[in-house]
Amino acid sequence: MAKNISNITDRTAYVNARLFDPATKLDQTGGVLIEDGVIKWMGDAVTRASLPEGTSITDVKGALLIPGLIDMRVFTGEPGSEHRETLHSASRAAAAGGVTSIVIQPNTQPVMDDASIVDFILRRAQDTADVRVYPMAAITQDLNGEKMTEFGLLKEAGAIALTDGIHSVRNSKVLSRAMKYAGNFNMLVVQHVEDSDLAGGVMHAGESATRLGLPGIPAVAELIALERDIRLVEMTGSPYHAAQISCEASLQIIRQAKDRGLPVSCGVSINHLTLNEHDIGAYRTFFKISPPLRREEDRKALVAGVADGTIDVIVSSHDPQDADTKRVPFSEAAFGAVGLETLLAAGLSLVHSGQLPLERLVEAMTDAPARLLGIKGGRLEQGANADIAIVDMSVPWIVDADLLKSASRNTTFEARAFEGRVIETIVGGVSVYKL
Amino acid sequence: MAKTSSSPRPVIESNHLLSIADLSPTEIGALLDLADKYADDTRKGGKHAKVLKGLTQINLFFENSTRTQSSFELAGKRLGADVLNMAVSASSLAKGETVLDTAMTLNAMRPHLLIVRHQSSGAVELLAQKVSCAVVNAGDGQHEHPTQALLDALTIRRHLKRLEGLTVAICGDIAHSRVARSNIALMSKMNVRLRLVAPPTLLPSGAENLGAEIFTDMQEGLKGADVVMMLRLQLERMNGSFIPSAREYYRFFGLDQQMLAIANEGALVMHPGPMNRGVEIDSIVADGVQSVIREQVEMGVATRMAVLDALSRNLETTRKADA
Repeated sequence: MAKNISNITDRTAYVNARLFDPATKLDQTGGVLIEDGVIKWMGDAVTRASLPEGTSITDVKGALLIPGLIDMRVFTGEPGSEHRETLHSASRAAAAGGVTSIVIQPNTQPVMDDASIVDFILRRAQDTADVRVYPMAAITQDLNGEKMTEFGLLKEAGAIALTDGIHSVRNSKVLSRAMKYAGNFNMLVVQHVEDSDLAGGVMHAGESATRLGLPGIPAVAELIALERDIRLVEMTGSPYHAAQISCEASLQIIRQAKDRGLPVSCGVSINHLTLNEHDIGAYRTFFKISPPLRREEDRKALVAGVADGTIDVIVSSHDPQDADTKRVPFSEAAFGAVGLETLLAAGLSLVHSGQLPLERLVEAMTDAPARLLGIKGGRLEQGANADIAIVDMSVPWIVDADLLKSASRNTTFEARAFEGRVIETIVGGVSVYKL
Repeated sequence: MAKTSSSPRPVIESNHLLSIADLSPTEIGALLDLADKYADDTRKGGKHAKVLKGLTQINLFFENSTRTQSSFELAGKRLGADVLNMAVSASSLAKGETVLDTAMTLNAMRPHLLIVRHQSSGAVELLAQKVSCAVVNAGDGQHEHPTQALLDALTIRRHLKRLEGLTVAICGDIAHSRVARSNIALMSKMNVRLRLVAPPTLLPSGAENLGAEIFTDMQEGLKGADVVMMLRLQLERMNGSFIPSAREYYRFFGLDQQMLAIANEGALVMHPGPMNRGVEIDSIVADGVQSVIREQVEMGVATRMAVLDALSRNLETTRKADA
């Protein structure tokens, strides 16, 4: 996004699109005129004929034009494991998936628990990334769950929320203080909901795990952590977000908390909406993710939870891993799967099969995360940043891991046939990806 | 599969033996028949046809096991294979070498048969994907130990003349046992009435869906049993993490004469070894007339001969040589 600041006099326009934005209840044919990186004019009146001379016009031939996606759970390897992913390669993957903003998790080396690391990431992003990068800093120093980081200084440096990423803050006293203190800086606390004592295993506890001889992670590990956290929200009144839920019973807990008016929200990964424990098959480590893939009943319930709004956001939980961490026995393999490039396509598979309405899918990946995190974006309206994804809803394609833009290949969707694909991604008016 | 007049009849379809779950009842029956023959031949003191002559067998044990490794070594040698034992010390793994590195190194030595034991479930299967020889799973983590289940079935069949319709009680640490998993798979395929007997902390999740009856009371579980199969309780599970103590376990789940009397008259007593005498099994029972524990060891060699023979028949080199 930073590369094109010189073209400020450029006018670009996309016409003949299906303008679609759940946040503004928009679904009509029309066009968008972009000037100086912002949406200048949009609607059915924006046509080839109505645009001023000198405008560079693209006819998208009826493709869907939506706000660029905001993915609030992305792991990269920069700094520390650049061979797995840099901010640049993550941003290329994001652009290819129609994702215009990525929220970086603090599980880096060194850990993003200090203002200087936040500053480093933002500078590297400025220089190398093609999409907007928002750092989410650590709640506790070195992610050890013991001592709070400097929330205020981290926020000044540019951190937009707090999380220990793949770790759950286990000590209730530490978490309650962190929540109280974060509330004062109006920072969202994002928690990986898992009781680490009960977790311990490598896949969903059940018949499959037993047959494979793998230690299981029972659903109750998530439920206990979630219920405990919600009691702390009740006590502190601070906004809280469960990063990813994976079980049917978690929906009930979230629903009750929301009904009681607590500032609670939650997310789900696209993997948990489209896959289940049986996808692990014969020890396929790319399907080893945290929380684990659960039963088909859970998957269906989670999709319904997105549809009815119990689940606020959908994330990719993009987590690049390489052969060193994945081509090993299942128990020893790292958790995590890449997902930025397949996020929308996998989501559309739910739309095409009638499981999820398009407006909820798009809202859960645009306006919902923007509002939770308090960042600009996620909407199509005049004066907004021109962060846009253009999607051919019906083009068929097959995922080929070797063609992924990510520096890692650990996709859960290898060889999967999808219908619908991002054909162009625009960040701040600049086209950063074209199919 | 190319059939020539001289080539031996295939026993199983797969090129590896990774799990009982992969075998059909017919294949299990055929392996047991072949093992039966080898057991008889050995007892008669006759020499065996060197069906593995010219073949190299590597026993690759990432986890120590004297008895299983010796059993495979003897089986291979009786059939004429060149056998090499490789114990992969913890140190070479500490140096950063992965299972696949080790597999590729061994593969370069071009063995024909690779016998692998590994402490992680699924590790043998992962390795099998990367090598060009036949792989036998000699135990992977808590997943499977297929030759153990086959030798158990052979032992039962030789004594009770059948498997179908028998009531078999597997007792003890089901949750962490690969022997239990392979036996559950095999017994279900062979229409055995299967019972799992264990304290709730040693039953795996989803046990109720494995096709067996579950008992948490050993006395109930043994009523009407034709076979009592005991499992080893690992030392590290006795210290309060899964059960409070060894003596409490023995009191409620140990197999002594009194407990055994509840089972059918003449019920077979089995144990995959090594036994914890006085923890899961009483010495008098272990060495008693109903015990077939030592015979299990004997059948182990015969079963592994059958498995090696069966896999060698599917080897490309064998088929070419015969053609």
